[in-house]
Amino acid sequence: MEFDLSKPQKLLQKSARDVFARECPAKRVRELMATDTALDAKLWSTVADQGWLGIHLDESHGGLGLGTVDLAVVAEEMGRACFPGPFLGTVWAATLLSAAGGKSKFLEPLTTGAAKGAVALLEADGSWNPDHVQLKATAAGGGYKLTGRKAFVSDANVADTIVCVARGADGLVLLAVSAKDPGVKITPTSALDQTRKLADVTFEGVSVAADGVIATGEAARKALDHSLQVATLVTAADMLGGMQWILADSVEYAKTRQQFGKVIGSFQAVQHMCADMLLWTESSRSAIYYAAWALGAEPASAASAIANAKVYVSDASREVANRGVQVHGGIGFTWEHDLQLYYKRSKASEILFGDATYHREQVAALAFDA
Amino acid sequence: MDLGLTPSEQKFRDELRTWLKANLPPKTSHSVKNAASAAAYHAYLKDWQRKLYDGGYAGINWPKEFGGRGATFIEQAIFQEELALADAPERMGTIGQGLVGPTIITVGTEEQKKRYLPGILSGDEVWCQGFSEPNAGSDLASLETKAVLEGDEFIVNGQKIWTSYAHIADLCMLVVRTDTSAAKHKGLTCLLVDMKTPGITVRPLKMMSGDAGFNEMFFSNVRVPASCVLGAVNEGWHVAITALSNERANLGTGLYVMFKRNLEAVLVQAREMKRHGKPAIEDPVLRQKLAQAHVDLEVFRLNTTRALSQLNKTGIPGPEGSIQKLYWSELNQRNAQIAMEVLGPYAQLTEFDSGRWIYNYLRCRGNTIEAGTSEVQRNIIAQRVLGLPRSY
Repeated sequence: MEFDLSKPQKLLQKSARDVFARECPAKRVRELMATDTALDAKLWSTVADQGWLGIHLDESHGGLGLGTVDLAVVAEEMGRACFPGPFLGTVWAATLLSAAGGKSKFLEPLTTGAAKGAVALLEADGSWNPDHVQLKATAAGGGYKLTGRKAFVSDANVADTIVCVARGADGLVLLAVSAKDPGVKITPTSALDQTRKLADVTFEGVSVAADGVIATGEAARKALDHSLQVATLVTAADMLGGMQWILADSVEYAKTRQQFGKVIGSFQAVQHMCADMLLWTESSRSAIYYAAWALGAEPASAASAIANAKVYVSDASREVANRGVQVHGGIGFTWEHDLQLYYKRSKASEILFGDATYHREQVAALAFDA
Repeated sequence: MDLGLTPSEQKFRDELRTWLKANLPPKTSHSVKNAASAAAYHAYLKDWQRKLYDGGYAGINWPKEFGGRGATFIEQAIFQEELALADAPERMGTIGQGLVGPTIITVGTEEQKKRYLPGILSGDEVWCQGFSEPNAGSDLASLETKAVLEGDEFIVNGQKIWTSYAHIADLCMLVVRTDTSAAKHKGLTCLLVDMKTPGITVRPLKMMSGDAGFNEMFFSNVRVPASCVLGAVNEGWHVAITALSNERANLGTGLYVMFKRNLEAVLVQAREMKRHGKPAIEDPVLRQKLAQAHVDLEVFRLNTTRALSQLNKTGIPGPEGSIQKLYWSELNQRNAQIAMEVLGPYAQLTEFDSGRWIYNYLRCRGNTIEAGTSEVQRNIIAQRVLGLPRSY
C-alpha cells in the first residue's frame, strides 16, 4: 500500500506549481478577475498544451490517459494559484461527454483547448440533485427542442459548448449545444468569486440536432453522476490548494509580525489556530487523495468517498480561511491582501456541487439507508 | 497512490485470519472482564499475549533480531485491524510493546535488550510508565522526582501520578531528575525500575468512569542499579520524547476499529430510538450529526493509513503523530456526545446496554488530557511541525 503521490505525480505537481507561479502570479489573477471573462488566452493555451484539460480521460477520447489522482494534483495547484478562467466548466463538460461514450464531436475540441465548455445543471431552485431538473426537452425530429432557464452555470460566459441537463419523456437528457446556436442566451451573473465566473443560460426553443444528443435515460444519469463526482473532486482539490496557500501564508506572517515585542507566532492563541489549520488541511488532503484514487481504482467506493470528502473539505476550507484572516488581523481583511481571493474562492467552492449539509445527506443515504 | 494491499500484505492478512480462527479464546474480553475477578481477567489477558507470542504475532513491527516479526507498519496496522474485527481480547502490556520496547531497541544497551525485550513480547512482564507528577503534567520536563548516584546505585525519592497499570506492573520506565543545576530538559534521566524494589508504594486512583486504571506511585529511598539507566545519564528528555512519539504513532488503527464499532452500535440505537414518533435516524438534525460522525471517522481512518504509509518510508515516528492524537481524541468526544443525544433519557441509565454509553461518554473525557493534552499537541504541531517559536 502506498498512500502518497507516485514519483511521476510528484513531478507533475512540481511542474504545475512552477507553471502557475511563473504565468499566473497574484497580480495577473487580479487583472483577470476584473475582466468580464477571467480568461487569458495565453494562460489557457499553456494549460491546454500540457494536456491538463483531459489529463484523466482516455487517449481514445483525446485525453492524456492518466488518472483522477493526476487531475486532482493539477486542480490543487490551480487552487493554490487561484487560477482564473473556465477550467472547471471545460473539464466537467469533457468528462461528461467522455463518460457518455466519448463519441460526440464536441468532445475533442474541449480536451485540446480549442473550445471552452460548461455544463448547465442548476435551475432557479438551486438544487444540485439531478432529480430536481425540470427544464423540458421535447423530442423533435431526430433531436430535441429546449426551452427554459438554467442558473449558476460555471464558465458559461466564455463557453463554446454547453451541455444542458434536461428532462425528457423518459428521464434525463444530456444535450450539447453551441453557445452561438439560435435561442441560446447567456447572461453573466455577478458573484462572490471573481476568478471563476457564473452565468444564467436561457434556452428559447433551441433546436438540438441528433448529433447534439449525448445520452438519455439511465445512461444520461450514469454519465452525469460520474461527471459530478469528477467535478466535485476538482473543486475539492482546488480548495485544498487554497488551504495550503492560506496556511503557509498565515504561518509565515505569524513568524514575522511583531506585537508586544514578540512575533505573534510565539503566542499560543495564534499557534493553536495555526495547528488547527494544519490539521484541517492535512485531513482534507487524506480525504481528497483517497477520493481521487477511489474514483479511478475502486468505483464501488467512489460515491461515498467523494461525498465524504466534500463534507469534510467544505467545512475545513471555510475554517482554514477564517483562521487565516484572524491570524493576519486587519491586513487580512483588506482588498489589498491576497487572502481575500482565497477567502472568496473557498466560499464559492464550498457551495459548488453542494455544501457539507447537502453531502452529509448523501453520506447518510449511502451509509445508513443501504 | 495505490491503496490496495500488495500480494505480501494480502498474504500476511490471510495467514493472520487463519491463525486467529484457530487460536482465539472462546470467551470475549468483555465477558471475562465483567464476570471474573481482576486477577482472573489479568490471567486471561496474559494467556492471550502468550498465545500471540508463540504464534509469532507479538512485536509485529519489531526487528526479527529482538524477537519481533520485522513486519512493516502497514502490516502492523493490518494486524491491529484484524484483531479488532475478530473481537480478539484487548492487549495487555501495550505500554511495554508500543512504547518501552521500541525505545529500548532504539537507545538501550545490549544487556538491556536481552534482559527486557523477551519479557515484553511474551507478556510475562508488564510495564508502566512513570512520567507525570503532581506538579509536572503538561510541563513534564519540570518533574521533581530525584535520583542521586551513590556508588553504583541511584537512590530515588519522589512521587508519580496518573500511572496506568502501575498496580499490576512488574517494571517501570521512570523519568527522574539527576542534575538539579542544569536547565530543566537537560537534567533528566530515564531508569528501568523493578516494581518490587523496596520503597515503592502504589495507590490506585479511580477514574470518573469507575475504572481503576491509573495510580499514584511513591518512591522512598528506592535503590536502582546504575546499569538500569536507559540511554545516557541526563539524556532522559530525549528518551522520553522517543517513547511518547512511539506511543502516538502506535495507537491509530486499533482505535479506529473500536470507534467504528461504537458508531455502528449508535446507528443500531438510532434506528430503535424514536424522535417525534419516527426512528431517530430520520430526524433531520440527528441524521446530519450521525453523518458527520461517519465522515470524521472515515477521515481518521484515512489520516492514520496515510501516516503509517509515511512511517513505512521514514521509519521514525515524528511530531506529526500529534495531529493524529489531537484528531482522534476530539473525534471520540464528539461522537460520544452524539451517541448520548441519540439515546435521549436512556443515555443516563447505568443498566441500559450494559452501561456502555455512560462508560464511553465518561471515559472519553480523559482522551484530550491523557498522553498529552490537546493544548500540548497543538503546541507541538505549531512549534515542531510548523516551525513557530517556542511559547514557554
